[in-house]
Amino acid sequence: MKNNLYVARSTAIAARALGDETMVMSASNSTLFTLNEVASVIWEAADGVTPLEQIVANKVCTQYDIAPEVALKNAETLVEGLAEHGILLLSNEPLAQPGSSREEMPR
Amino acid sequence: MPGVTAVKQCSNVVVEIGGLPIRLQCDDPAFVRLIEERYAGFVNSSSNVAFDFEIELAPPGTESGDEDVQVSWESGRWLMERGDFRAEWNPSTARGRIQQTINPYSLDSVLRIVHTLLLAREGGFLLHASSAIRNGRAFLFSGVSGAGKTTIARLAPPDASLLTDEISYVTRLDSRYVAVGTPFFGELGRVGENLKAPIEVLYLLAKGPENKIEPVEGADAVRGLLENILFFARDPEFVRMVFDSACDFAARVPIRRLTFVPDSSVWELIV
Repeated sequence: MKNNLYVARSTAIAARALGDETMVMSASNSTLFTLNEVASVIWEAADGVTPLEQIVANKVCTQYDIAPEVALKNAETLVEGLAEHGILLLSNEPLAQPGSSREEMPR
Repeated sequence: MPGVTAVKQCSNVVVEIGGLPIRLQCDDPAFVRLIEERYAGFVNSSSNVAFDFEIELAPPGTESGDEDVQVSWESGRWLMERGDFRAEWNPSTARGRIQQTINPYSLDSVLRIVHTLLLAREGGFLLHASSAIRNGRAFLFSGVSGAGKTTIARLAPPDASLLTDEISYVTRLDSRYVAVGTPFFGELGRVGENLKAPIEVLYLLAKGPENKIEPVEGADAVRGLLENILFFARDPEFVRMVFDSACDFAARVPIRRLTFVPDSSVWELIV
């Protein structure tokens, strides 16, 4: 199990929730992804500062009947797959929230 | 000779698609006549134009076989390139230049790209789809090559006005989407009628043993739409605009799967 894994949505994407699903398009290569209901919950909670384990415990296991260790393993597989496509960022340290670096730029 | 400047005589023609007049200038009057014939129904005589393009004709045989279109944004200009043309367009000066051989389909491609880029900023797009107006409402029939776009167009009844059998022009007007006729044709080999109407339904085409219509919703609808939107530029901002437009369109316009037998009975369902 990976401890303290932080996940954040890439800024190089376009995304839209459609019902229980979420569509995500990579802005760099136009690849389209459809996230199912559970993946959408994780995607929505991927703020870069909440550990994945906490997201799974608070957002997934409270809503779905699934063992925490199984849910976390599935979540890790999911986020690693999305990270390979560049639409999610992974780190062992908290990540800046999407858009924060832009806000810090001098005006 | 000092003090003497050679001035090339340029002919020009204004091609207006989707309400956007573009003046095309070329020093070869024969090519300008070719453009006038090719875009008949979409040529106007207005001197009030949105953009100017200067066309330089290259000698035949100078094109390469590269069929991939490259579109990029560089130093305030859009650069467009394929084996048979090179073009640049500066939106801020409203001017552009096209280098191509005398093949009118090269110009066709440049115009498609330019309209794609312009439409994206306004929430519209070009779609691989045939389209027709019936009873004041536009119906779009979308699919990849071989899906039946031209077949549906050929089967259209006399009371239907054909907008295109290949590339549909979709604009957004407030909260509505409107289909506009285009001169971009496919196997049918003739330009569409220069008309427009609110879009009633977008059909995703499939051929099958019987005619039937099924709803397509949510992510499936957006995916089906995005698969058929003309998408040239890989610029991230452009990608986001097109994605948002597709999501908005799918939220406002019914998208359905039309499975059809290729005979005129399919049009009994299109009312």
